[in-house]
Amino acid sequence: MDYSEIKSSFAKSKIGLVGLGILACLVGASIITILAIPVDTYKQWNNPASWTEFPKSAQPGWVNLILDKKIPEHKILDSPHTSLKQGDSESITAQRFVVDYPYDYFPGEFLLNYKSEYSGSPLLQISVIRPDGITLELLSASLPHSEQKTPYTDKIFSTNESIRKNLRLQSEQFSYPIQSYNAKEIIFAKTDTHETLKGKYEFVITTYNTDTFDSRLVIGGKVFGLAGTDELRRDLAIGILWGTPVALFIGIVVAFGSVVSGLVFGVYAGYKGGRTDESMMRINDIVYALPALPFLIILSVTTSNSIFLMIGFLMIFGWVGISKVSRSMALQIKTRQFVDAAKTMGQKDSKIILRHIIPQIIPYALASIAISVPAAITTEAGLSFLGLGDPTFPTWGQILHDAKSHGAAARGLWWWIMPPGIMVAITGLAFVFIGNSLESTANPKLRR
Amino acid sequence: MGLKRYFAKRALVLFGVLMATLLLTVLLVGSNMDSILKKGIAIQVRSEIVENKDLVAGFAGTDELNSYIESQIQQRTKVLGLDEPWYSPSRVGLAMYKILILDFGHSAFLTSDSGSTSVGDIILEKLPRTILLFTTATIIISIIGILVGAAAGSKVGSKIDKITSSFAIISSSFPVWWIGLLMIFVFSFWYGIFPARATPLVAPTDPTYFASLLYHMTLPIITIVLIGFGTWAYLVRNFMAGIMQEDFIFVKKTIGLKQRKIIFGSALKNAAPPIVTILALSLSGSLGGAIITEAVFDWPGMGRLYFEAITLMDLPVIIGATYVLTVFFLVSIFVSDLLYGYLDPRIRTG
Repeated sequence: MDYSEIKSSFAKSKIGLVGLGILACLVGASIITILAIPVDTYKQWNNPASWTEFPKSAQPGWVNLILDKKIPEHKILDSPHTSLKQGDSESITAQRFVVDYPYDYFPGEFLLNYKSEYSGSPLLQISVIRPDGITLELLSASLPHSEQKTPYTDKIFSTNESIRKNLRLQSEQFSYPIQSYNAKEIIFAKTDTHETLKGKYEFVITTYNTDTFDSRLVIGGKVFGLAGTDELRRDLAIGILWGTPVALFIGIVVAFGSVVSGLVFGVYAGYKGGRTDESMMRINDIVYALPALPFLIILSVTTSNSIFLMIGFLMIFGWVGISKVSRSMALQIKTRQFVDAAKTMGQKDSKIILRHIIPQIIPYALASIAISVPAAITTEAGLSFLGLGDPTFPTWGQILHDAKSHGAAARGLWWWIMPPGIMVAITGLAFVFIGNSLESTANPKLRR
Repeated sequence: MGLKRYFAKRALVLFGVLMATLLLTVLLVGSNMDSILKKGIAIQVRSEIVENKDLVAGFAGTDELNSYIESQIQQRTKVLGLDEPWYSPSRVGLAMYKILILDFGHSAFLTSDSGSTSVGDIILEKLPRTILLFTTATIIISIIGILVGAAAGSKVGSKIDKITSSFAIISSSFPVWWIGLLMIFVFSFWYGIFPARATPLVAPTDPTYFASLLYHMTLPIITIVLIGFGTWAYLVRNFMAGIMQEDFIFVKKTIGLKQRKIIFGSALKNAAPPIVTILALSLSGSLGGAIITEAVFDWPGMGRLYFEAITLMDLPVIIGATYVLTVFFLVSIFVSDLLYGYLDPRIRTG
C-alpha cells in the first residue's frame, strides 16, 4: 500500500477528518497561547504572590450572558488617563479611571495600588464622579513624611475607616440612612433606593507635589475572564490554555517514542528469530506484566517529578504492546521474496530491516502513534491528579488536583472542574478519531 | 508444547517479573528507606532511655546522657545490620526477603482505623474494601457489557451497534476520575442524593457500618460502570461480529432457530474464551485504576491509602501497597492464562 492510497482513503473517512479538524484547532490554540500569553505569566502559576489582585473562586465572565441579574465583573484597571498640571508653587498629578458598571449587585471590595516618588509629605485625594453627576469625596490623606526623595508603594482598601467617615459626611446626598452600609455599597448605590446605580463611574486620584505617581485600581467582583479563577485566585484561562501545548507535547512525544522503540524492538526480534527472538520476547513479557500505574507512582515519588522524566517513564511502559504486533508482522514480511532477494544480494541485516521491513509497517505504526497519544495524556493527567505533577509545568491534571484538594466538586465550583477534563477528553478524542480511521485504512480487514 | 509446560513457563516468567519489580523498588527507595529506618531507631532508643528514670538519674549532665544515647543508637544500628551501606548485596537481599514474606515494617505517619502502624495491618484493612468496590463494579460492567455487546454484534451496522461503538470510543477518552468529579458535582452538590466523600461516617465497629459502606459505594460504582461498560460492550461486539459470520451460525439460522437462542446459546459460547480471559485481566487492571478513582471519591481503600501515602511521603506504605498490587496483578494474569489454556484448545495442543 503506498502513501497516496492511504491519503486518499483517509480523506474519505469522515471521522478521521473530524479528528484532524479538532487537532488543527488545538494546535492553533496552542500557537496563539504561546504567542499571546507570556511564558513568565505561566511560570508564575504556582506562585501565590503574583495572583493577589485576582478574585477568589470567581465564575467565568460569560455567565452574565445567561443570567438575568448581572454579577459584577472583577476589574483590574492599570492604564489610567494621567494629566499633569505644573503650577508655580505646586504640581498636580491626576489619574482618572473610567469604569462601566452595568451590574445588579454591589461589587466586592476595591483597592488602589500605588507607587510614588516624592520628598516631603504630599497630599493624596480620591474622589469618584458618578453616572448621576454627583461627586463623592472618598479620601484626602497625606503620604508619610520623608526628607529625601524616596520611592514609596502602598495600598488603599475600600474598607479604610476614613473613607467611611468621609462618606457619612456626605450623607445628605442620599434620601435614606447610609450609616449601616460600607463604602462600596454607598458609592455604587442610587440616591433614592438602595440599589446599584448603573453607568460610567470615574475615579479620580489626585496627588500634589509628587515627582512620579502611578496607580492601579482593582474593583472586586464575582466573575472574571474567560474561565474564571480558582480558590488560589489564579486565572484558570491561563492554566487551561497553556495546558494545551504541554499536553500535546507530552502525548505526541510519548506516543512517538514508545511506538518507534517498540517497532524497532519487535521487528528486530521477529526478523532475527530463534534464540534472540525468544529472549527478547521474555523481556517483553516481563515489562508487559509490570503494573504500570503503581510503578509510575513509585518512580515519580522516589526520583523527581520532572516532566521530562515522566515522559521517559511513560515511554518505558508504552512500547510493549506495539513490539508484540510488529514482531508478528515482521515474521510474515520476512518470508516474502523481496527480503530473500535482498539477503542473497548480501545486504546487512540492519539495512534489510530499515529499508524493506519497517516501511511495510509504517501505516500500522502511524495508527498506533495516534491511538497511543490519548493514553499518554490521560496517564499524565492521572499522575498529576494524584499530586505527582511537575510544578514548573502546570497541566490540566494539576488543575484538577488542586480542584480536588479544595473540594471543588462538592462545593459546586463547576468552572474549576469542567474545562480541564473537557480539554483532556477533546484532545484524546481527536487522536482516537485519527487513529481509528488510519487503522481501518492501513488494515483493510477492519473495513466492514 | 504441553499444557503443563506452558503453565510452568508462564509461572516462571511472572515470578521473574515479581522479583524484578521487587529489586527495582528496593533499589529505588533504598537510600530514603535507610534514613527512615535510622531515624526510627534513634527515636526508639531515645524514648526507651528517657522513660527509664533510674538510668537517666545516673548521669551527671546532658552531654554524658547524649553520648550514651549516641553509643546505644550505634550499637543497635550495628545489630540490625544498618551500618552497611543500603546498596550492599546483603541488605538489598534482606529487604527483598522481608517484602517477599509480607513484612513491610511500620509506617511513618499513617495508621489503620484501629490505630496500628504496621503496614501489613493497614493494607489488610484497606484491601477488602477495594476488592469489594471493584469486583462489584466489574461484575456489573461485564453483565451489561456482554448483553449490550451481544446485541450490537449480532446486528452489525444497526442503530444499536452504531450507538455502542461510538459510546465506547467516546467514553474511553474520558478519564474515569474526572467523570467522578462531575458525578460528585451533579449528585452530591446539585441534587444532594449521595455523599461527596465515600468514607462512611460511622465507626467500623458499628453494626450499621456495612450498610453505610454500601450506600457510600453507590456513586463510585455508577461512575465506574458508566465509563467501563462501553469498552466492554465494544470488545464483546467485535468477537460476536466475527463469530456471527461463521458457517455454523448460518446453518442454525437456516434451520429456523430463534435469533436470541443463536446469540446467547451458540455465538456467545464460542466467544467465551477471550471474554473470560479479558474478564480476569480487567479485574486486576481495575485494581490499578482504582488508585485514582478511589482518591476522587475518598473511598477508604488501597487507592486512597496511596493518595495519602504520597501526600505524606510515607514510603513503607507506598512500598507495601505497590507490592500487594503487583502480586494481585500477576496472580490475575496467571489465572487468565490458566483459563485461556483450558478454554482454548489451540494452546493445549500447541
